[in-house]
Amino acid sequence: MAASADGQGYRVIGTRPIRHDGIDKVTGRAKYGADYSFPGMLYGKVLRSPYAHANIKSIKTDKAAALPGVKAVVTADDLPALADKMEQAGEQAINLSQLSANILARGKTLYDGHAVAAVAATSPHIADEALRLIEVDYEVLPPVMSVEDAMKPGAPILLPGLRNKDEGPEKQTNVATHLQFKRGDIEEGFKAADHVVEREFKTAMVHQGYIEPHNAVGIYNADGHATIYCSTQGSFVVRSLSAAVLGMPEGNIKVVPAEIGGGFGGKTTIYLEPLSVLLSKKTGHPVKLTMTRAEVLRASGPTSGSTIRCKMGCTKDGKLVAAQIWMAYEAGAFPGSPVGAGAMTIVAPYNIPNLLVDAYDVVVNRPKTAAYRAPGASNAAMASETVIDELADKCGVDPCDFRIMNGAKEGTPQTAGPPYRRIGFIDTVEAIKSSPHYKSKLEGRNRGRGVGSGFWFNVGLQSSAIVNLHTDGTASLVIGSVDIGGTRAAQAMIAAEVLGLDVNDVRPLVTDTDSIGHTDVTGGSRTAFATGWAVYEAAQDTVRQLKERAAKLWEKKPEEVAFSNGQFTAQGDGVKPMTVKELAGRLARTGGPISGRATVNARGVGPAFATTVVDVEVDPDTGKVEILRATVAQDVGKAIHPSYVEGQMQGGTAQGIGWALNEEYFYDDKGILRNSGLLDYRMPTCLDLPLIETCIVEVPTPGHPLGIRGVGEVSIVPPPAAVANAIAHAVGVRMTELPMSPPRLLKAMLSRRGGAESQAAAAGR
Amino acid sequence: MATVVIPAQLRKLTGGKDRVEASGRNIGRLIEDLDRQFPGFREQLLQDGDVKPSIAVSVDGEMGTGGVLEPVGENSEVFFLPALGGG
Repeated sequence: MAASADGQGYRVIGTRPIRHDGIDKVTGRAKYGADYSFPGMLYGKVLRSPYAHANIKSIKTDKAAALPGVKAVVTADDLPALADKMEQAGEQAINLSQLSANILARGKTLYDGHAVAAVAATSPHIADEALRLIEVDYEVLPPVMSVEDAMKPGAPILLPGLRNKDEGPEKQTNVATHLQFKRGDIEEGFKAADHVVEREFKTAMVHQGYIEPHNAVGIYNADGHATIYCSTQGSFVVRSLSAAVLGMPEGNIKVVPAEIGGGFGGKTTIYLEPLSVLLSKKTGHPVKLTMTRAEVLRASGPTSGSTIRCKMGCTKDGKLVAAQIWMAYEAGAFPGSPVGAGAMTIVAPYNIPNLLVDAYDVVVNRPKTAAYRAPGASNAAMASETVIDELADKCGVDPCDFRIMNGAKEGTPQTAGPPYRRIGFIDTVEAIKSSPHYKSKLEGRNRGRGVGSGFWFNVGLQSSAIVNLHTDGTASLVIGSVDIGGTRAAQAMIAAEVLGLDVNDVRPLVTDTDSIGHTDVTGGSRTAFATGWAVYEAAQDTVRQLKERAAKLWEKKPEEVAFSNGQFTAQGDGVKPMTVKELAGRLARTGGPISGRATVNARGVGPAFATTVVDVEVDPDTGKVEILRATVAQDVGKAIHPSYVEGQMQGGTAQGIGWALNEEYFYDDKGILRNSGLLDYRMPTCLDLPLIETCIVEVPTPGHPLGIRGVGEVSIVPPPAAVANAIAHAVGVRMTELPMSPPRLLKAMLSRRGGAESQAAAAGR
Repeated sequence: MATVVIPAQLRKLTGGKDRVEASGRNIGRLIEDLDRQFPGFREQLLQDGDVKPSIAVSVDGEMGTGGVLEPVGENSEVFFLPALGGG
């Protein structure tokens, strides 16, 4: 029995059973979105803008429509016009008019790859040919590709209707939002500082890098109902957003989620789904659309590049006294970068009495950004965690001790104000400090060690669960949470734990939007926390009903029946304990089938912290960085299935290292993406990384029945800064731009050497 | 009376105060009372009768799920902050 951190012994939770979907996944039987096929199905393709910024003067589709094999051609005119305001659509706050314009451009194209029209044809080749026959008359406009250019006076304006509160209702602008957080007295704070470090950082736009491209099959029925089969992190999100874009009642759309080949946040919105339904409606046939890799990189949502100015001060003993940050994030073509999250996470691990953060959401001629694993936080931590490393160096304090000295605890105010409840930040730092990695010596030329920490809020939101008990004592567990990291196994383990069953006797089933109650997206590190809570309660509901059946059999009251260690018991002669399996065979005679159910709108979310240590070796001649060793410590509350928790920690760390060293979008001076393939958009492979070591820290979330904390995101936050700090200690260069790719690092090293040589030469004269 | 911590950008409505007291058994009533004391809060915080989708509410350190119906205690501490998602 695996013991929990709070001393409660578990039978199933904390073990490592083989995942229920494992055999299908490794044998190729698992069904992904592109595997779906239906009789009479047509193939859809999307025409995309070849310009970064252009007015659409006209679109002529008649030649395309006339091509034999083409069954429909659609443009934005085929979608209803929507209100230009923020609305609650499912769990998201979103401007539906802008969402629709991102799915099919309305009047203007705003990035290379922006969808302009779509066709459905009897073969993908005919659909491709049809795209070439669509005539679009563009008026090309100058592109705006960086936040600096977008914020300059006189910059070309992307969205003529965009306004912000600072500049007023008459001023056209590319700045969608300005957020500010303030605490204490920033001037007095810096006056009290013995050491101040101020640097400007730039981070490049990067993609989530899921291997499976976006896909959708839409089937519109003559009765006005539609079904969408797709790979998504949130089937209910697809339903609500597609319904809004199409002008259909939400209940008229059923979404069937396929297995998913990665999402990381990038599949929490819609691109092809409403197009598949629209084309199906026009043709009377199912229509399948899939993106190519180039389309994924050009036209789905990467995360923001950013410019961040970070100034922090501390006393000579290493006590942080002030932090002032200016940050601007690329939103892409429409507002909605994660700059708010960046602002609230940048110094979240620390107790800093004087704070001023100004954060700007800026539109640029790049794809509309989408969420990427702790969105906004990695950019921010690159700035703050490297400045903190410099401050620690100046004070002569070990980087872990610096973090422990200043670390947030229960009661520390967060950036936006609310105090933390019970958290595990300092526990993660102490775990790193006592790890074999950190205690080991690092020797050799051009080698260095760096530490970084990070924070993510996690979210709660809504989930539903049903436990259907079968007469042989096994159970089906029906949930709406798409499994992107092993959560279905974890949910089955929770149900098995409560019911006293073997984990293989609980069959988890991720189902469609008609078959389960509302369940919010698999994202925000919410699934084990919130859906796990719903599963726990659904299993408890099952036990409650079983107690009633046992009571009937024993002629007792339900409150006289106890359930413990998988057995129902009651006081009295002739009462023979029964297991769930034994009782399940008696359901028909005692009242009929049993389904336990529960829904939650989960409260009391526990935020997550991670600390990472990285050892690097830098090639002084090429600037290539080799990761020698990496260890991540993360507070997970309670690890239901430790292997999958470790997998999340390792996966986030790997992505953070890619973000640190190689990944970036290259646009030319016309705003055209030049690396729209995975050869040139360079993500780390298994050949680039050592096995990432993990330290699971368990500080239970108060109030959660199992103490779970979300684990999926925070591990991506520390690595860019940890790698930057390691490089600094290896070769004495403080990098302030991501990625720290070989050309950039080499240039920095040569510049430093050139400066050092000049000084030496001058001293020698 | 609950204590409402005023976001930096709304302190212009309170004459610069970062904390004010307001009464109301739920967030909706609280905002009404805030708006009575400091006109302009309703427009900043509400849309179509509920808390704006872009705004989250924290009551006594816990993120609320009830919008304008979120209960507020006699001595609660209330924060308004940007709503967030995840990836």
